[in-house]
Amino acid sequence: MVHRISGLALAIFLPLHFLTLGLAIEGEARLESFLRWSDQPLVKAAEIGLVFLFTVHLLGGLRILVIENFDWRDGQKQLAALAAALSGIVAFAFLVRVF
Amino acid sequence: MNVRLYLWQRTTAAVMAPLVVVHIAVIFYATRHGLSAADILSRTRGSIAWAAFYGVFVLAVSIHAAIGVRNVLSEWTPLPERRVDACVVFFGLMLAALGLRAVAAVVLP
Repeated sequence: MVHRISGLALAIFLPLHFLTLGLAIEGEARLESFLRWSDQPLVKAAEIGLVFLFTVHLLGGLRILVIENFDWRDGQKQLAALAAALSGIVAFAFLVRVF
Repeated sequence: MNVRLYLWQRTTAAVMAPLVVVHIAVIFYATRHGLSAADILSRTRGSIAWAAFYGVFVLAVSIHAAIGVRNVLSEWTPLPERRVDACVVFFGLMLAALGLRAVAAVVLP
């Protein structure tokens, strides 16, 4: 479920991300003005959430690929918890960096 | 999900895994002094390597996300399968078009 929700959120975010980068077609100043708008704390908070979801989805996906393609290992729950913890650390590191 | 879609889903996931790790590293690197358009474009403009990297990434994520959204729509909504297929084909093509446009925007000099 976590993998699905994070994937859905990323799928909703992706077109906006592409449209933002596409602003560079209109020139560097247009992209820069959007980036300055995105300095708002709420937007930064959303970005931190996205980095967390991105990492969760990556680690959840790796877990699925490992389960499907390699021998079963004990401690799947621990691996899932480790994935969540690692995602939290990455998102926290990003938080420290952007604020 | 049929076998063909399953294989596309897993193959694009495997292709993207290292790309996502690099992208997260780039996010951290790019935000070290705050994001700026000048910094981003100085890295990407005229770079064939970044064009190839993000070109592959966009195509893989368009396929991967479209199949994922298809699974969600077919399991969580009462929409008929043909309508779900039409929606996700549109979604995948839109993602690919917007994504490749974004790559062109940051890579072309």
